[in-house]
Amino acid sequence: MSDMKLTGAQIVVECLKKEEVRVIFGIPGGAIMPLYDVLYSETSIKHILTRHEQGAAHAADGYARATGNVGVCIATSGPGATNLVTGLANAYLDSIPLVAFTGQVSTNLIGTDAFQEVDINGITLPITKNNYVVREVRDLASIIQEAFYIARTGRPGPVLIDLPKDVQLAQTEFKYPEKVNLNRYKPTFSGHIQQIKAAAQEISKAKKPVIYAGGGVISSNASSELRDLAFQANIPVTTTLMGLGTFPETHPLSLGMLGMHGTTYANYAISAADLIIALGVRFDDRVTGKLSEFGSQAKIIHIDIDPAEVGKNILVDIPIVGDVKNILKKLNEHVNEKRETEWLKIIADWKSKYPLKYKSNGELKPQYIIEKIYEITKGEAIIVTDVGQHQMWAAQYYQYTQPRTFISSGGLGTMGYGLPAAIGTKIGCPDKTVICISGDGSFQMNIQELATAINNNLAIIVVIMNNGYLGMVRQWQELFFDRRYAATSLAGSPDFAKLTEVYGGIGIRVTKKEDFYPALKKALSLNTFVLIDCLIPQEENVLPMVAPGAAITKMMGVD
Amino acid sequence: MMRHTIAVLVKDHPGVLARVASLFTRRGFNIESLAVGHTEEKNISRMTIVVEGDERALEQITKQLNKLIDVIRVRDVSPYNSVERELALIKVNTTSLPIRSEIMQIVDIFRAKVVDVDSQIMTMETTGTEDKVNAFIELLRPFGLKEIVRTGKIALSRGTILSQTLKGVDTKN
Repeated sequence: MSDMKLTGAQIVVECLKKEEVRVIFGIPGGAIMPLYDVLYSETSIKHILTRHEQGAAHAADGYARATGNVGVCIATSGPGATNLVTGLANAYLDSIPLVAFTGQVSTNLIGTDAFQEVDINGITLPITKNNYVVREVRDLASIIQEAFYIARTGRPGPVLIDLPKDVQLAQTEFKYPEKVNLNRYKPTFSGHIQQIKAAAQEISKAKKPVIYAGGGVISSNASSELRDLAFQANIPVTTTLMGLGTFPETHPLSLGMLGMHGTTYANYAISAADLIIALGVRFDDRVTGKLSEFGSQAKIIHIDIDPAEVGKNILVDIPIVGDVKNILKKLNEHVNEKRETEWLKIIADWKSKYPLKYKSNGELKPQYIIEKIYEITKGEAIIVTDVGQHQMWAAQYYQYTQPRTFISSGGLGTMGYGLPAAIGTKIGCPDKTVICISGDGSFQMNIQELATAINNNLAIIVVIMNNGYLGMVRQWQELFFDRRYAATSLAGSPDFAKLTEVYGGIGIRVTKKEDFYPALKKALSLNTFVLIDCLIPQEENVLPMVAPGAAITKMMGVD
Repeated sequence: MMRHTIAVLVKDHPGVLARVASLFTRRGFNIESLAVGHTEEKNISRMTIVVEGDERALEQITKQLNKLIDVIRVRDVSPYNSVERELALIKVNTTSLPIRSEIMQIVDIFRAKVVDVDSQIMTMETTGTEDKVNAFIELLRPFGLKEIVRTGKIALSRGTILSQTLKGVDTKN
């Protein structure tokens, strides 16, 4: 192989094999045809044809979140490339490792406004961890290797490689570098030992400690180290939306999610804490509410791999930059066993006084739906969500016990993420039950991916919380805009169950509470693509809720 | 709000300027001046960027710059421990002889140079700190400024502080 010349397109495929890529998501087009021509005869890499490039990017993202591997997507130049943009931004904000390949017009045409030419590098500059235009085929292999390395190391993120058509066709000797040679990129991995010891000391002194865990714990596969720390020192754990599953929500030390739609007890606990141990989090406004009142009683230990996150939103007392797993291992050696009985009692009281609750009448309530999904899957399914009210209910009423079992668009809040991400998830974890919880608004934003899911025989169950509204916006209109429901009614939506049938899947419409459980049971037994369209009350709200900008102890819907 | 001079060593790649500049824009900084040029090392360029911002905002932008793969090093080059220079070319109306000699006196005082002259105009060149260049321009203003061009500020730390900057950096990658 080493003295044989390969085309750029062949080199891309050889590099994908070196990176052990098994599946890629994409859509062909003029400027990427040489690469597709090589993929056509390649048997070790499965290509999933989505119906929109946004679907390809989200599917690669869902695949990456579910498996922990780098997700790969491909698009052609121009509109193909711009259609990836939302997916890249989504992965960037949630720090998900992706490598995107885009076709580009030939190098001699770049800058001439040629057919389907856009400056995708310029466009994706602020939403990728790094990006490249490959101008010389001899640079291709090392660029691809670098891209995968950058995507998965440090704080993970998406990387884009723009491939001009002539570079895909040009030939050179293929040589995959033995290791990445990238001296100017060296993420800090091990934390500073003095800082770690200082953190351990604060933990031993603390009377009211709380762990605040986020997506970084999942990226660094640090769930078991997090559990060790919590169990060893009996520290209650609250997680962000991105951190769901890092700590078993069935355990008494779990406080569930915190923040805008977090549990009352999580928000109370973090506000009363004298020590906050922040792990792989970024103090997002949806978590902190009014910053000046967030953890104002507490010393803060912040462990994160990205130095730019330290002190960005909030000043911390003990910053430790590095890999969460690596640091927790060392920290746990220095943390003594302890049990702050009084603090745990206060928390237990809050938990019994302010549980998550909803008014259960005879109606088909969304919270009930999630509870039933949890019950029937025993918490062992992978839940993929779209964005909106249903997402928050799915976060609140399902109890996550394992990392990578809650797949959701956190930072960007991308409606339309759910279905394609569920496709990527199911392909990455074919033996797992994958349930996509969506809304009638979100679902229609990538509804075309029904074809992708059904054509690939993916046994995904989609549950739509259909309230005829862009529900979360409607909720805000109800609360903050005097019930003036400007442009939030979704009148005119199709019958989603029938639509699924047209695509060749199974569709079930549920209107009554008592029909949901049997429908779900049936769906699980069919082992095929099933969509359950649930007509839920139109004006159901996600509670509790903290108004944007308010302190997180000021919760609506708590009596 | 304080003014800061930031020196950024970057891999000399196409697009690296856009990458750095857009970061400043996105984080709400207005770049007052920007000068880019090659360094003593092949493939490495140095940007000198002047911005205004408070300490915390500056810390954030420094950290964000460090995250860019093509950025090798970032330094806040504060004025008290560095040498700073700007270059300016100034074109002035000079229709009469007495005016020219008056201008020549100012040029002498500032140790500036006349680089072009004809019956209508004179063009001067000056280098110095921003204050010196400003003062020179203000003295020439009454004669009628035709055109001014200024480079961005460039700066180097005094003494040995930055002399080891590029040691150990693989310039190929």
